[in-house]
Amino acid sequence: MSRQPFEAIVAAYGPTVLRVCRAILGPTAADDAWSETFLAAMRAYPDLRPGGNVEAWLVTIAHRKAIDQLRASSRRAIPTDDLPERPSGDGVPGGWEADLWAALETLTLKQRQAVAYHYLAGLPYAEVAELLGGSPEAARRAAADGIAALRKTYLEGAAR
Amino acid sequence: MMTAHPTGDGELFAALPVHDEAARHRLHARLVAAAEQAGILDVAYRTIDTPVGTLLLAATDQGLVRVAYASEDHDLVLRQLADRVSPRVLRAPARLDSPAKELDEYFAGRRSRFDLPLDFQLSRGFRRAVLSHLTEIGYGTTASYAAVAAAAGNPKAVRAAATACATNPLPVVVPCHRVVRSDGSIGGYAGGTDVKKTLLALEAAA
Repeated sequence: MSRQPFEAIVAAYGPTVLRVCRAILGPTAADDAWSETFLAAMRAYPDLRPGGNVEAWLVTIAHRKAIDQLRASSRRAIPTDDLPERPSGDGVPGGWEADLWAALETLTLKQRQAVAYHYLAGLPYAEVAELLGGSPEAARRAAADGIAALRKTYLEGAAR
Repeated sequence: MMTAHPTGDGELFAALPVHDEAARHRLHARLVAAAEQAGILDVAYRTIDTPVGTLLLAATDQGLVRVAYASEDHDLVLRQLADRVSPRVLRAPARLDSPAKELDEYFAGRRSRFDLPLDFQLSRGFRRAVLSHLTEIGYGTTASYAAVAAAAGNPKAVRAAATACATNPLPVVVPCHRVVRSDGSIGGYAGGTDVKKTLLALEAAA
């Protein structure tokens, strides 16, 4: 079975993976996680089983790379507080970086992950649970709690 | 290929852009640079506009591996490269800077020979022998399929020499357009006989 050139994989799934990274990590670290994800994916791509679910494969890699980013940033945060502020890159005032990310940031990590994998990447709860550990029901609950919290802090906050 | 979202909660994420062109460009350039540095950019490609239409150029780290006319269907050619060379294929123009420049000069009539590393891995055996002898046919001149077969070491293999020219993975750069029939008629060409005539006319005029 013929395999797509990797360029076509980037074009087809790059936008979804970026949304997932942004929802979990926020504007700054998302670029790093996306880049690490696609570099690792390109490295492994020749060994990917043809006909497999490419999107779920990419989200699995992105899940690990996002955790790497969170660990790295928490390591950076403890010993030093004088790192230069990084520009957000695509900061449109009042864009998602301001309101939506502010709301997402109040969720627990597990809620953000469950919401991103289910609602942005479209993974069924059974697959979300495989990434997060725990049962599909726990994944469903984390996503539902996350969505409820977002409705309250983001949608209702914006309506005021 | 975007997955349908399983819910009506899309409004929550409407602010999170699905298509973010600035981010796409920035991240693609970053991926190309990282892949090149890691040594996993197996096939780099770009397109160039020429008097004979848009050409696809692809290179491995060994050199130019494929030149393709639009009539060959560039998407199909990229899939063939993914199958036959490596699926690690990215649009990465920098590796094709020299071929693009030399082809521009050629089509402007300012270059009569190419000075580029070539990767002949898409051709094997007798076909490869034929192609390696084609560069001996000088700019602005032609040779017959019979002469090419003889130069490649098998004077009887005229038909095989014609097939080698027809399946040349590096047209223009490896000048199969300079090979014509013994009776003086122009013969076939992967890019079409009109393109072959255009190239021969360009070389005759320069």
